[in-house]
Amino acid sequence: MRTTPWLTLVIAAPLAGLPVLVLWRSISDEAARWVGLGATLIAFAVSVGMLANFEIGEAGFQMVSKHPWVESAGLSWFVGVDGFSIWLVMVTTFMFPIAVAASWKVDHQVRRYMAMSLFLETVIIGAFLSLDLLLFFLFFEALLFPMYFIIGVWGSKRRVYAATKFLLYTMFGSAFLLVGILYLYIEAGNQLGTATFDLTALEQLQLSTGVGRWLFLAFFVGFAVKVPVWPLHTWLPDAHTEAPTKGSIVLAAILLKTGPYGMLRFNLDLFPEASRYFADAIMVLAVIGILYGAVVAMMQTDIKRLIAYSSVSHMGLIVLGIFAFSAESMDGAVLQMVNHGLSTGMLFLVFGMLYERTHTREIAELGGIVQVTPWLAGAYVVAMLSSIGLPGLNNFVGEFLVLLGTFSVDRVLASIAIVGVILSAIYMLWSYQRTFQGSLKERWGSLPDLSWREGAIVAPIVVAMLWIGLHPAPVLERMRPTSEQVSHQLSGGGRPQIEATAGLEGEIP
Amino acid sequence: MIDAPRVELWAILPVLMLFGGGLIALLASGFARRAAQAPFALFTLAALAAAAASALWLWNRETTTALEGMVSIDRLAVVATLALCGIGAFGAYLGFHYFERDDFRRNEFYALLLFALGGMALLVAAADLIVVFLAVEVLSLALYVMTALTFRRGPTEAAMKYFLLGAFASAFLLYGVAMSYGASATTSVQGLARALTGVGGSQPLALVGALLLVVGLGFKVSLVPFHMWTPDVYQGAPSPVTAFMSAATKVAVFVAMVRVLDVAFGSLAWDLAPAIAVLSAGSMILGSVLAIAQRDVKRMLAYSSVAQAGFILSSFVSPEREGIAAALFYLISYSAAVVGAFGVVMLISGGIREQTGFDRFRGLGRRQPVLAALLSVFLLSLAGIPPTAGFVAKVLVFGAATSAGYWPLVLIGALASVAGAFFYLRVIALMAMQEPRGVDIADPSPLPRLVLAVPAVTVVVLGIVPGVIVPLLQEAGVLTW
Repeated sequence: MRTTPWLTLVIAAPLAGLPVLVLWRSISDEAARWVGLGATLIAFAVSVGMLANFEIGEAGFQMVSKHPWVESAGLSWFVGVDGFSIWLVMVTTFMFPIAVAASWKVDHQVRRYMAMSLFLETVIIGAFLSLDLLLFFLFFEALLFPMYFIIGVWGSKRRVYAATKFLLYTMFGSAFLLVGILYLYIEAGNQLGTATFDLTALEQLQLSTGVGRWLFLAFFVGFAVKVPVWPLHTWLPDAHTEAPTKGSIVLAAILLKTGPYGMLRFNLDLFPEASRYFADAIMVLAVIGILYGAVVAMMQTDIKRLIAYSSVSHMGLIVLGIFAFSAESMDGAVLQMVNHGLSTGMLFLVFGMLYERTHTREIAELGGIVQVTPWLAGAYVVAMLSSIGLPGLNNFVGEFLVLLGTFSVDRVLASIAIVGVILSAIYMLWSYQRTFQGSLKERWGSLPDLSWREGAIVAPIVVAMLWIGLHPAPVLERMRPTSEQVSHQLSGGGRPQIEATAGLEGEIP
Repeated sequence: MIDAPRVELWAILPVLMLFGGGLIALLASGFARRAAQAPFALFTLAALAAAAASALWLWNRETTTALEGMVSIDRLAVVATLALCGIGAFGAYLGFHYFERDDFRRNEFYALLLFALGGMALLVAAADLIVVFLAVEVLSLALYVMTALTFRRGPTEAAMKYFLLGAFASAFLLYGVAMSYGASATTSVQGLARALTGVGGSQPLALVGALLLVVGLGFKVSLVPFHMWTPDVYQGAPSPVTAFMSAATKVAVFVAMVRVLDVAFGSLAWDLAPAIAVLSAGSMILGSVLAIAQRDVKRMLAYSSVAQAGFILSSFVSPEREGIAAALFYLISYSAAVVGAFGVVMLISGGIREQTGFDRFRGLGRRQPVLAALLSVFLLSLAGIPPTAGFVAKVLVFGAATSAGYWPLVLIGALASVAGAFFYLRVIALMAMQEPRGVDIADPSPLPRLVLAVPAVTVVVLGIVPGVIVPLLQEAGVLTW
């Protein structure tokens, strides 16, 4: 009996709507929106099927399917899911219908907008599921240009600048990544006899210490730009701010996660020695990012920029969790990727709804809005509390696990990171106070509150937040075996490393 | 008693078809200078089809060289000839449309196109340095004239510049042939390979010869620092001519370089590789950086083609079969994209007084969604963004260079493609993200759009399933001598 190729189906599902959108050029805007929503919902349904088939207690890859694609170039369609990637796929398929529904008011070039969105979803899911390095890179690069268009065509005033900056930064990072991948490919040809991009085969390579460290850096730079790790973050505030609401949601909730995911999947797995070697330095960068993001967020006058800098801070925590190497901190990091997706996604979503009403992002121009739109303010409060890490909501669990895991490794860094968590409460609450409370400005006197449609978009996220906050076990038990395995490999010595042989020279001091 | 040389004309049948077609077209255009162009265009297409068919017929030949070792008969030549015929067909159609639109009858265009292609088809099969020189001259002379074909001031100036610098490069090429002869007492590719293998120690004369040949050929494919003519000529020449020459010349000359560098001077490969790496890196960096500063799409594409030549050359540091296959794949994907891009530019630029400044492209997505979409596909492929052929091509050439240990070159290439992404995507951004200005002068006819969809589909298909041609190219990369 042939098993269902769940992963291939999940990757392909969003494309179901693409032929309609591409070929039917006179499709009405309304119909295009429904096609977009329908396709993303199909993808979500398929991903639920994938989740249902996921074996609890398995650490390795599941539902693997592998087919040669370009045999002469060693490229294969090799996809598999483990306790990490399944949650990233789930958050992707969960947030996409919401992001599409949130952009219902986009009114120009709707057909293309939806087509870009569906293509984007496919490549993001593909990046999370690829176990072939070239296939991963293909998806990882391909996601740049739909995002480039979404920011550049449908964004706000400085959209072209922001889109270009986003593209150049991330391509700059992936240039290094590509060189690293090709180096491994050739090395596989030398050592294993067949040049391949297969992750499970490349794990077997014996790399000298120097080579391993250089390659680690090449991969790390590629992913660090996406995360973004301080000091490579400067593209993010611009991209987040200028993107349309939907673009911000996808960027924050999903796209940024390809960075830490790549570190988790490739850096730790392929270069365990180098990972240990660089872990301290990276944890320091992560903590700087946490504090820097928080402090800069506090000073913002533009709400979207504020949320963007809070992302820098939160993503720092995720990187910290990954490179602390304990099973708890890794669980926490992966859970935090999901949580950050939900909470920051919702912050952008709710703010987007407010923006549709007020057309301003300046905190100073707003104020007292809670009086006219209590429900909208309420939704913002939920997202904000989740982002702060209030117990009972999702972020608390993830942050707690990361800090717990980190504390067992490095008390000083963990203590400093906690300061960042406290700062997040300050800038979030302060921004809420200035935006929603205080005296109501006259021009906002007649703002409409949340509509039913908007309420229906927000509700699923709130449910998910509460669910993870109150009962995270179903999520954690599926990722635990994987994180234990990875953590064991890294802290328990991992695979033996041979000393420098031939090949690339050069020590990293 | 002197043996008469064996005449094996079947071996150069594709070349003969092209030259024969060119002669007929030339005679006919002499008698019917003001006649309708359509018969000329159709005749050209027929000649190209005949040449392609006869090239295919050579695919399974066992013989390796013919005409006293002057030309080689191998799959590399066949694949390259087929690619050239394809490019030629698009060049002929675009030229037809270009001249027809302005009712500007230049029927000798077709004869020149066929002569240029004949020279190129000869070049890809050349197994003797004298033939290489001969073929380069034939194709160059035809291209000089084609550049000036509209008699306008810009094109004429460009042609003059191209001619003068080209003559200079020919001298280098010839000097290289002489040096090589001095080093090995032969000019044949096989002979050189045999004479140079197994000889110990340094071979300064042969190295100088090889480098001079690289200079001469490098001029034709616009490698830095021999690229000076490129921006002026690409911008000045009529767009269909630019489309044709930017693609076809690169295919022909790079294939000739494969023979010269990997076969004739194959034993010096490791001595030559650093020089090649420097030329390649220089072209990638300078081409990309200078392209950023351009405000005219044709000029930008010209500088970008300098960078693209650098990318192709980077695979030459690996003398393996993979390197040759990678270069071929890159050439094919580059040709499809660049022919398409100049084709779209030709349609957008209005008439014969081409307007190709950035302003022409502003907001084009609104006014001309089809042209904007086509140009976007071509530019994405040139930028090397998946899922287009350009991405696969870059991975292949970079893979070849990495396998030869030149990973710093690959890093330079990867970073240069980031700069590349910037200027290619800037045009896309202009089209998609800006408001249109001025009047729309784009060509409204539907047929050219349909024709240009062919390279667009090629680029996308090769990006998604490169497997359809990669094995074929690897077979073509096996050189026997």
